Amino acid sequence: MNWMFYIVAAITLIATVRVITHPNVVYALLYFVVSLLSVALIFYMIGAPFVAALEVIIYAGAILVLFLFVIMMLNFREEHETHWLRKRIWAGPGVLCAALLAVTIAFIAQGPMVSGFYRTIEPSEVGNALFGPYLIAVQLAALLLLSGLVGSSHLRRHERGSLLRKPEGGDSQ
Amino acid sequence: MNPTVQTLLITLVILFTLLNFAGVLIWVERRVLALLQDRLGPNRAGPFGLFIIVADIIKIFTKEDWVPPFADRKLFILAPAIILFTVLLSFTVVPFAPGIVVLDLNVGLLFFLGLSSMGIYSTVLAGWASNSKYALIGGLRMSAQMFSYEVFMGLSLMGVVILAGSLNLTQIVEVQRGMWFIIPQFLGFLIFMIAGLAETHRMPFDLPEAESELVAGFHSEYSSMKFGMFFVGEYIGLTLISAMIVTLFFGGWLGPAWLPAPICFFLKTFAFILFFILLRAALPRPRYDQLLSWGWKYLLPLALINLIVTGAIVLMTGNPQPN
Repeated sequence: MNWMFYIVAAITLIATVRVITHPNVVYALLYFVVSLLSVALIFYMIGAPFVAALEVIIYAGAILVLFLFVIMMLNFREEHETHWLRKRIWAGPGVLCAALLAVTIAFIAQGPMVSGFYRTIEPSEVGNALFGPYLIAVQLAALLLLSGLVGSSHLRRHERGSLLRKPEGGDSQ
Repeated sequence: MNPTVQTLLITLVILFTLLNFAGVLIWVERRVLALLQDRLGPNRAGPFGLFIIVADIIKIFTKEDWVPPFADRKLFILAPAIILFTVLLSFTVVPFAPGIVVLDLNVGLLFFLGLSSMGIYSTVLAGWASNSKYALIGGLRMSAQMFSYEVFMGLSLMGVVILAGSLNLTQIVEVQRGMWFIIPQFLGFLIFMIAGLAETHRMPFDLPEAESELVAGFHSEYSSMKFGMFFVGEYIGLTLISAMIVTLFFGGWLGPAWLPAPICFFLKTFAFILFFILLRAALPRPRYDQLLSWGWKYLLPLALINLIVTGAIVLMTGNPQPN
């Protein structure tokens, strides 16, 4: 069990680093997919199959496809990225990550691992938690998403009125 | 028997059956389409033209396997592998009969949905990696189409999940002993069928490859067995959607007692495959914006209504199945 975790964790880390460093943005996105999939596997291993499935469906399956869609439309080429990725820009994020790593190591060193609490969480338990004690958080998130939706719809409407008027009487549904 | 050996055996049998079945489907589709269009179809090689399958396979393997110099080589090769991989892997959670399932996962339904959404990458990457305008347009269409239809593909199944009280496909089949879910979940069935067709990008939803406008869409640049993998992947995908419809709405392997369970499952699945072939012959391809607005304006609200009404009725009658 443990060695499996370390393999998956290593894959996650390598993939995530490649997301940041790969000069070709489509490849970077694919590494991101790999990273998300391995995170899903970690979730599955610590007994949360439901979260693992959602991670694949929502993040790897839906959101990143949307990213890919945009990238394909904009048609990025490698020159930009190699130009942007100079050595100097690594200093800030590097220091922050090192600090994070130090804290994590200290945290692991002082306490026992969670493995003692290992138990598989059923999907219905997740549902009960979300719509029970955490109902307000769910509602707030829904409100946030709705406002995003209304906002983008509003922007689109404004543009449509001035630029892309449909021909008279030719509404095709 | 040793459980590991048994699982391995089941896996091999399923793989063998599926891959051969996909081959047979090529012949079935051509013959049935011909029948529906008042033609003969392939009828020369062997009895009923059955050897056309062998001829097709020999042809496809001996053609030049060409990677265009302008393509992104790694992704170009990776793309056709993804579709076969995801579709075949989805079959691990499909219960063919009691006990004949490779992976009896407690989130089996989500596993299927997750893999079907991963399958998108195949066509999208193929379109991008080909580095040609028709392929790119095909890939773009694919990503928008799959992304839209995937949303209510999941939503349309939630009614089934509420009624069954489980995401495990074996349990979902078992619960349908009294009544198949096609009756209480007819709306969900219709939406899932349309979304499933869109996910397999078959006629009438084959806009990513629309041959009358995009040459061959996302696989314009593919040749030989790489094209063959898309081709086989499409047929196995069709089988998968039919198998999922049968599992979720038509009682899976359940049937008359004198019929062995796997055969019952197969017959039902095959009926749906024939139905999809019929649809291909009967329906024209919609325009692209019509397809998307149809999805978001009609199917999504309908799926939500289906979910809410099902939830309300289960709450009212107060008999959710024991979990």
